[in-house]
Amino acid sequence: MTWLNTILILVAAFLVVFWQAAFGGVRHILGAQVDLLPALMVYASLCSDFATVCLLAVCGGLWFDSLSANPLGISVLPLFVIGLGLYINRGLILRDQTFAQFVLGLAASGAAPVMTLGLLLTAGHAPLFGWGTVWQLVVMTVGGALATPVCFALFDGLQRALVHRGASQTSFRPDREIRRGR
Amino acid sequence: MLKRPQYIVLGLVVVLTLLILNLPSKTTARLKLGIGSFFVPFFGLANSANRLAGRAGDAVLPRSEVLRENIALKQQNQELRLQAAREAELAHENDRLRKLLGWQQQQPRKYKLANVVLHDPANWWRTVQIDLGARDGVKVNMAVQTMEGLIGRVSSVMLTRSQVVLLGDPNCKVSARVLNSARDTGVIGGSGPLESEFVDLSYLSRNADLKPGQTVVTTGLGGIFPSDIPIGKVVDSRTEEYGLYTVARVKLAANLNDLEEVWVLLKP
Repeated sequence: MTWLNTILILVAAFLVVFWQAAFGGVRHILGAQVDLLPALMVYASLCSDFATVCLLAVCGGLWFDSLSANPLGISVLPLFVIGLGLYINRGLILRDQTFAQFVLGLAASGAAPVMTLGLLLTAGHAPLFGWGTVWQLVVMTVGGALATPVCFALFDGLQRALVHRGASQTSFRPDREIRRGR
Repeated sequence: MLKRPQYIVLGLVVVLTLLILNLPSKTTARLKLGIGSFFVPFFGLANSANRLAGRAGDAVLPRSEVLRENIALKQQNQELRLQAAREAELAHENDRLRKLLGWQQQQPRKYKLANVVLHDPANWWRTVQIDLGARDGVKVNMAVQTMEGLIGRVSSVMLTRSQVVLLGDPNCKVSARVLNSARDTGVIGGSGPLESEFVDLSYLSRNADLKPGQTVVTTGLGGIFPSDIPIGKVVDSRTEEYGLYTVARVKLAANLNDLEEVWVLLKP
């Protein structure tokens, strides 16, 4: 049921963007808001199909930009690049290992805002940029890294709860059955 | 590597993104409005949840605390009524003197109360959205303030919501004056990413007589912000660009981290 996985990921992206805009608790305490879209993208690229990666990048990026002063569409490319890079190399990644999830979340959550800022500066915009941006990037990177294993655990739990798993094959084969006696 | 259909999808996504980034600003604004409208019911829910939490908190407040607060509010109400009456007299006297001197009559300022419904999710912009829009008479570049002082201006308007760019954002520059003997003027510009309480007042004269505690207000130049709206107080100053001009650090009067209700100035 990949369509259910896709829908769950998109709903999670929608709720994440809403939470980031509506609740500023983390911003008040740490001085920066944590972006959870890269963490979701790490999960989607390792555990879903390519269509989900594309949909998450486009929809998540557009939703984020619609609530922000960002130019519309500026957040799509960084998310898409991260998703594509992980999707191409997913065969080499130990996606079930928590440490791997953490490290990938760390890299994705650090790369996404840096790429977005680079695109903004290249496009001629003047975002709020200074030495304090370094701290904000640290908060976003660590926050996203901590959220990535949580994403995996949450979606795995939802998959187990909502998706029927076919019975696994046993090792019994009738042509290998040992018949005793006459 | 990818399969052929996936390469096609990849190309489509890149083309779509580049297309959206290069759309005219009006089209982009309409698209933002359309996409942002998906969130409107959720912000209504969030406001209701906040109000319920507030009422729940009020319900567990002890009676003595409520009585104490009631007495303090009544006293404050009386003081404000006296102050309002005094200011009405002063305004009347001002109008009479203006008429005698043949000066143009000042138009009364008209405010509308708005609730802040969301903050910018990106860390490199300083904007909020309020629950007033075009149908409430809000227009671009209207000044927005709290009881304490100026907070910013309306940067884009939708039917039921508006985006307000706050002081300290690079896109919100205000012409300001220090209330000292020389009435030095400068420009309020961006601040540091972590410093939402402070802004820099740049391009002051290098001989400016600046002291901590001096009040900074808007000058009214530029046609966007009316004059004499309080901005904040001078904290310290430094010279910039090899001593060509002075920059003052200003502590904002309004608390930008705790914005709940703001006033939109409909008529200057």
